[in-house]
Amino acid sequence: MSAHPLSLRLDEAQRLNPAFAALIGPTPKPDLSLAEWLATLGSDDLDRLKFSRVELEAHLRALVMQADSLRAPVVGVHSLRILGGRDKNGRAEQLDLELRPGAIVSVVGPTGSGKSRLLGDIECLAQGDTPSGRRILIDGEIPEPARRWAASGKLVAQLSQNMNFVVDLTVGDFVEMHAECRAIDDPEQAAAQVIACANELAGEKFSATTSLTQLSGGQSRALMIADVALLSSSPIVLIDEIENAGINRRQALDLLVASDKIVLISTHDPILALYAHRRIVIAAGAVSEVIETTEAERAHLATLERYDRLMSELREQLRHGARLDALPSFGI
Amino acid sequence: MRVITVAGPPSVGKTSLIVKTAKTLREAGQKLAVVKFDCLSTDDDLLYRRAGVPVAAGLAGSVCPDHYFVSNIDDCLQWAEGLGADLLIAESAGLCNRCSPHVQGALAVCVVDNLSGVHTPKKIGPMLKMADVVAITKGDIVSQAEREVFAHNVWRANPQAQIVAFNGLTGQGSGELAFHMRGAPDLDTLEGRRLRFPMPSAICSYCIGETCIGENHQRGNVRKMRFPEAAA
Repeated sequence: MSAHPLSLRLDEAQRLNPAFAALIGPTPKPDLSLAEWLATLGSDDLDRLKFSRVELEAHLRALVMQADSLRAPVVGVHSLRILGGRDKNGRAEQLDLELRPGAIVSVVGPTGSGKSRLLGDIECLAQGDTPSGRRILIDGEIPEPARRWAASGKLVAQLSQNMNFVVDLTVGDFVEMHAECRAIDDPEQAAAQVIACANELAGEKFSATTSLTQLSGGQSRALMIADVALLSSSPIVLIDEIENAGINRRQALDLLVASDKIVLISTHDPILALYAHRRIVIAAGAVSEVIETTEAERAHLATLERYDRLMSELREQLRHGARLDALPSFGI
Repeated sequence: MRVITVAGPPSVGKTSLIVKTAKTLREAGQKLAVVKFDCLSTDDDLLYRRAGVPVAAGLAGSVCPDHYFVSNIDDCLQWAEGLGADLLIAESAGLCNRCSPHVQGALAVCVVDNLSGVHTPKKIGPMLKMADVVAITKGDIVSQAEREVFAHNVWRANPQAQIVAFNGLTGQGSGELAFHMRGAPDLDTLEGRRLRFPMPSAICSYCIGETCIGENHQRGNVRKMRFPEAAA
């Protein structure tokens, strides 16, 4: 096929890559080859498509060649290795950390200590060329420059408190559109699954016909997490401060881990910090320590979660006009 | 001299992108010169000067900005040559989505932003379709799902382009963009090179200063709209 990409029939091409459907439009002769179709186009048609004939031919070839990569399975990452650079004072950073799919790592440190820098280094697969001087290896290797840049956009999905949905569509239409981009066979069903999952994470329910821009903060965050877990192709997820998101944080992390992602979460929230398998401590621009979460800390986590439930219970009560004459004990 | 055309709709962050990438290029020992093309006025030359980047500003005024661009671009190259620059970036706002300043043999960069909506890539035309690199800005404030759909729609409009996610505030993406810019072909002159896409088939009376509406005032290359039939 790739030897003679333009010998492909129009109906085959349209099945191969949805972009052909938009370009060719409804055609009475689906058994024409791409080359024959190109020959039928007059200057008005080319004008409408905003291509010259030579450019359109190159465009058609590229669509055929790259259609395969559209359906290709997600790029797997078996390991992500972070090698130390230097701190804000130029001192060497002692770090050699390997992460594998299913790992949850929290990143803790004071504001301005360099948590976002670490996430940024991973995002661009730094090779000693960012202010921190860190290097990121994928599957134990330094990615070639061309591969590095081709991969950096696809390997990493990001979630942060500052992100919002801005597109003016309903939840259902948009999530289906995202599923179509991934060439998923039944986008409608995939969308229903993402929405059901998001509704489990968020307190307040929403439906497929809700407008994206009308979602509350908690609903948006829940939908973003469900979508990243179920539809995003990226094997690495970077999360920046979602503690005040109004969602079930623990369930959200479980969902990401279940989809075999490597999850790094920058946080000030003790529950998220302790729920991670390991936590990276950052001070003055460098990792000062990597701490394995101990059994004792896990036991404390259960207690902290009870405090957390108490706080959200009180929040709900006050929201509904309750008076707080005595504190409920909740077994603490 | 490597010549790079950077084009994109107004306010997508072209200048921030160039200023941040200039810093990365300078750290790699590359000297950059910038020409800013605009229509009526620009303050962006101050931003470049503040960042220590040599800049020349060109205002098209009453002339079509794309025609103005193509009539001056080779002079820009000679100017940058005189400064001893390694790279020349020509920044221009894509004002009508119909034209594009991209030149064969020069690296063509189109800048678009995630806020403009997921359908924008297919509306932009040759400025995006003919680009070698499409930089997508403002990804830090929209959802991952929208970033993925937007990038996918860019890929559908131009499957040959390299797609670069760029954050104009932090400069994230400048390493990647600098890599592409340094790989641009080395040129001595643009004379004899061609635009990647022809300018519109004008001339009509309005091109030469007519302002009055009406059949009697429409001369030359005039195209009329077709309207849907009224329902019976």
